[in-house]
This record gives sequence, C-alpha cells and structure tokens, in this order.
Amino acid sequence: MTAVAESHPLLAEYDAFEASLDQPAELEALRRRGRDRFEEVGFPTKRDEEWRFTNVTPVGRLEARRAGGERHGLDASKLEPFLVDETQDLVFVNGRFDAELSEAGDLPEGVFAGSLAQALREMPETVLAHLGQHARLDDNPFVALNTAHIEDGAFVYVPRGVRVERPLHLLFVGTAGDEATVSYPRNLIVVEQSAELTVLESYAGFSGDRYFTCPVTEIVGGDNSVIDHYRLGEESVDAFHLATLEIALGRDANHFTHSVNWGGAIVRNDIRAYLGGEGIHCTLNGLYLGRGKQLVDHHMWVDHAMPHCHSYELFKGVLEDSSKAVFNGRIKVHEDAQKTDAKQSSQHLLLSKSAIAQSNPQLEIFADDVKCTHGSTTGHLDDEAVFYLRSRGIGEDAARSLLTYAFAAEVLEEFRLETVKKGLEEYLFTRLPKGDVVRQAV
Amino acid sequence: MLKITNLHAGIDGAEILKGIDLDIKDGEVHAIMGPNGSGKSTLAQILAGREEYEITDGSVDFDGEDLLDMDPEERAREGLFLAFQYPVEIPGVSNTYFLKAALNATREHRGEPEMDAVDFLKLARAKMKMVQMDEKLLQRPVNHGFSGGEKKRNEIFHMAVLDPKLAVLDETDSGLDIDALRIVANGVNSMRGEGRSFLVITHYQRLLDYITPDIVHVLMDGRIVQTGGPGLAKELEDKGYAMVDAVPAGA
Repeated sequence: MTAVAESHPLLAEYDAFEASLDQPAELEALRRRGRDRFEEVGFPTKRDEEWRFTNVTPVGRLEARRAGGERHGLDASKLEPFLVDETQDLVFVNGRFDAELSEAGDLPEGVFAGSLAQALREMPETVLAHLGQHARLDDNPFVALNTAHIEDGAFVYVPRGVRVERPLHLLFVGTAGDEATVSYPRNLIVVEQSAELTVLESYAGFSGDRYFTCPVTEIVGGDNSVIDHYRLGEESVDAFHLATLEIALGRDANHFTHSVNWGGAIVRNDIRAYLGGEGIHCTLNGLYLGRGKQLVDHHMWVDHAMPHCHSYELFKGVLEDSSKAVFNGRIKVHEDAQKTDAKQSSQHLLLSKSAIAQSNPQLEIFADDVKCTHGSTTGHLDDEAVFYLRSRGIGEDAARSLLTYAFAAEVLEEFRLETVKKGLEEYLFTRLPKGDVVRQAV
Repeated sequence: MLKITNLHAGIDGAEILKGIDLDIKDGEVHAIMGPNGSGKSTLAQILAGREEYEITDGSVDFDGEDLLDMDPEERAREGLFLAFQYPVEIPGVSNTYFLKAALNATREHRGEPEMDAVDFLKLARAKMKMVQMDEKLLQRPVNHGFSGGEKKRNEIFHMAVLDPKLAVLDETDSGLDIDALRIVANGVNSMRGEGRSFLVITHYQRLLDYITPDIVHVLMDGRIVQTGGPGLAKELEDKGYAMVDAVPAGA
C-alpha cells in the first residue's frame, strides 16, 4: 500500500482509522464518497455563499485529533446538569455510545435505541436502507467530513404503529484533555408508518474543553408518523459545533423540531426538512442565546415537494455582548406543491450595541396556489415597556430580564414535552439578572 | 406631599416646562388642564422618572425626599403612581404575576413581608371588582389585546393594588365612554382621603364632573397660567383656553 499525501489535517490518520473498522462494505463505499468529497472541497471560506457570514477558520486552526475512547474524567455525576426528568438517557462520549453511562430502559417490542455501530452489526439492512440516503454530502463539506468518519452515533428505530411512551434522551458529550478533540456522531432516527416518538438530542460539554463536534442526524418520519424532536446545544463555550439535521417526511407526518442553543464558540446548524408526501405538518422552531463572542448560525431549508403541506418556523435569538447570529430561512415550493402553507418568522433581540444579527429569508416558489409568509425583525428592548414596568416598582434589571424572558418564552410555549420546557425556563431564570423576580412575575 | 418649585425641563434641547410651581398637600386632589402640547404629559412622565427628559432647573420634593434623585422604581416604591396616557402592551408578561412582583418589590422596600399568591389573589379580585374588570384580564398578558377602556381601567386596577400615596393620572379619561369614565372616577373617589393625594391631568372638563378637584390649574406653553377652585374648570369649558390668554399666574 502506498501512502497518499493527505490534503487536510482532519484526514491525517484516516487510513489507520478505516482499517480499524469492521463494518459492511456498503458503508465503506459511503465513507469513501464522504472522504473524496471533503478532500475535494475542504473547509468552506467566506467566499462560499452558504458560509458568507460564518467564518469557520478558527475550527480549522484547532488542530484537533479524532477522539479516542478516553472519557477525560467524565463520570455519571458530571452528567447531572444535562439530564432531563423522565427521559431514558443514552449517553455518547465523543460520538461513541457509552453503555456504562447509559440507561437500559424498557422499550416496546421491535424498538431499537442505542449504538449505531451495534445496529450495523445486528440489523445492517434496516440501517443501510436509510443511512446516508438523506443528508447531502455534496451540499455541505461537513456532511462529507462526517460521512467519511461514520463509525458510531445513535440509532433509533420505531416499527410501524408503535408508540414509544417514554421520551428518549440522546446525550452527546464532548470531552478533551490537553489536546483538542474532534468527533463525528452519526445519528439515524427512523420512525415507521403511524409510529410515534419523542426524542431529545443534546450536545453538551464543559467550559475549558476545546473540541469540535461535527454531527449529522438523519430523521426519517414515515407516513402518518408523529415525531416530537428537541435539539439542545449546550456545548462548552470553547467548543465548535457544525451540525446538519436532515428530516425526511412521508405523507400526513406530523413533525416538530425545537432547536435551542446557548453553548459553543461557533455553532452552525443546517436543518433541512423534506416534505415528500401530502398533508404533512412540520414545525421547526428555535431559540438561541448568545453572549461574549459566540456565533450561532441557523441555515434552514424547508423543501415543499408535495401539495397540501404546512410548515411553520419561529426562530428567536437573544444576543448580548459582541455575539452574532445568522438566520438563513430558505423555503422552496416545488411546482407540484399546490396549497402549500408556509410560515416563517425570525426575530432577534439585541441586548447590546455590539451584538449583530443577520437574517435572510429566501423564498423560491414554483407553484401558483400557495400561501407563504415570512417576517424578520431585529430590535432592542422597548424603552417604553421598561419604563412602564419600572414605574410600577420593578427594578431596572428585573424589568429588562422580564421583557427578555417574555420574548424568549414564546418559543418554549410551543413545547409539548413539559419537562424540557420547565428545564429551559429554569435555565433562563438562572441566566437572566434578577431571575428570581422574573420567576415570580411570569 | 408634593412640592414642585420652578421646574424647567425639556428634551433634545427644546424646553417644554418653563418654570412649574405646584404644591399638593396631603389628601388634596389637583387637576391640571391644558391644550395639546402645553406640557401636561411631559410633567407626568418627569414625575414618574422618564429618563429621556432633561431637567435644567428646579426641584421636586416628595414627602421630604428629593424626587428627581430617585430611579423610577424607587419613586414607585416610595408611593408614587403614574397611570399612563398610553398604557404599554407587554406580551408574555402576565398581568397578575407582574403586579404581584411589583407589589412585593414595594413591600420589601417598606420592610413588609412578601405577600403570598393566595392573599394576593384575594386582594386582586377585590380591586378588580372595584373597577368592574373581567377577571379573565388577570390571566392575560399586561394590556395585551385589551380594548382602550380596558387598558385605562387596568391602570386604575394597578393603582388600587399598589396603594400609592400620590397618584398621577395622565389623561386617564381620554377616549373613554361615559360608563367607563364613571368606573374610573368611582375608583379614584373611593381611594380619596387622608394619606393620599391625586394629580389629575386632563384635556376635557368632563372628568371633573365625576372627580371634584380641590384645586384646578391651567397649564399653557410650559407654565401654570391660572389656578382656581373647581369652578375654573367649568369656566374653561364654556369659554375655552383663549380666556386665559397665556397670562402667567400672579402676573
């Protein structure tokens, strides 16, 4: 075997990595495609239209190495702050399933929830029927990079007609020692016809740990399925998170994704929903909180391919200090997608003079009988409202926090899973100055 | 209770109040009338602590304290209440819980124990009855989706709960039908008495048929140009503001 000069440091030890894996041949071919594509395109630059406002150069400069099996001191007690009541927790450390930290719950018959690597051994046909079929590695260099490194991650399978009562919590923890690490969680969630699932996908870490998480999650919702999906970003403030979520829905599917983020130095979430059947209802909501020099970028793409589908997007950002947010909201309505009803709203609240928000709605409509609305607002707290509250005896900090909370909480109102909602409300009370007054006043 | 001496104030370099003197004693109800742009609302906003205005001269003494030295919330906790001409809609903030937090901030300031939810609700219900407000409005966000009349009644409801020493009513009567006006006036009248004073700012004499003031002032072009008894309001109604002809009081 001849050694080939590697063009990108993140592929430096690639051959050894691949040789160590024992997975189906089809997967090997998929990984190759990912690797070849990433070799070809490398990291995007600001000249790339899709990355114009988000500079990922610092991610490349991290000089991260693929995380091995070490936990860097992580144990069950350190997971406490990230746990949510009532859920069954499946823990992944640097992208790999950790059976010891996870909870073996009682799942309905035929349901699988756990390690993708394990599923590839036990039920390869089921996995390979969907893995890599939805996320587009040609569109996004980081999908290619992730695909090149498919090894483990979460796999959830809910067979036809089955309802999983207890919410699943897929908790991805990034850890690092002296050396920065990179991990590539690859997740696949398949919910078959008329099946139901509530699932949290969260990414967490500890400040001071320098790492790069590059996950790809594919969600497949069969005809008439119901998926309630929460995505929580609470990465280390010293970490980078460049993620893709690809949702493919069938006829009459009912889908919710609520994406909440407050961690990470640079966070990018590419979320695309492909509405591939009639009568789909798809809600994609988001709330992000930035401070310091954090950058959070949501690139949304709702792809209306069939008639009579409804999509709703409400994204809100609260930005302090010199933080920056990007929201790109693409809605594409194909020629056949008549009677489409698509609503999109993006709102930013700037709490400082140096915070920046970029919001770009992008509507591409090829059908003639559709309803598409979009709105985008960026503003500061309303001085009138602050004064009104103060004139009743509420202190200035509390008044500002109260209005900030009210702005953010509109996104939480839509949550169907009460435990996650309560948890996030509590987070806001602790994060906001004079949060105790806010707790009392809402 | 409130003593304003030679108050000059403006915004963005333009002087709006050009030397206001006013002395409101304990238990008195004063009315200020005046045409548009005379400075009525500016005076109300300055008393409540709106920071956009610049005070260039004069002083305001509130029960022995320098009012102008206090933050808006301090003034409220010390017992000053402003009923807004345009009450602000605040989506997402509950009318009840917010008011409870406001009341407890004042109680804490006075060294009184926090009022719990049960006692607060009892108090709130009683005061709502007084202003004939639908209890459903307790659950709604502050002023959000309220009609014009509901907003004004909500101001009087807030006043009744917060139990201030001095209430400034900024055109609370404007835009109200006669039924709503009576309700607002009844709310004020039932709270009249020792230990509490009112400054009622109005554009129309009609309110003063229901709230009989002790003293009426006419404000024009940033100055109080005439002061008299309740009869002055009636006279103004009949003759119009032209009758005072911008002659400074006491000139």
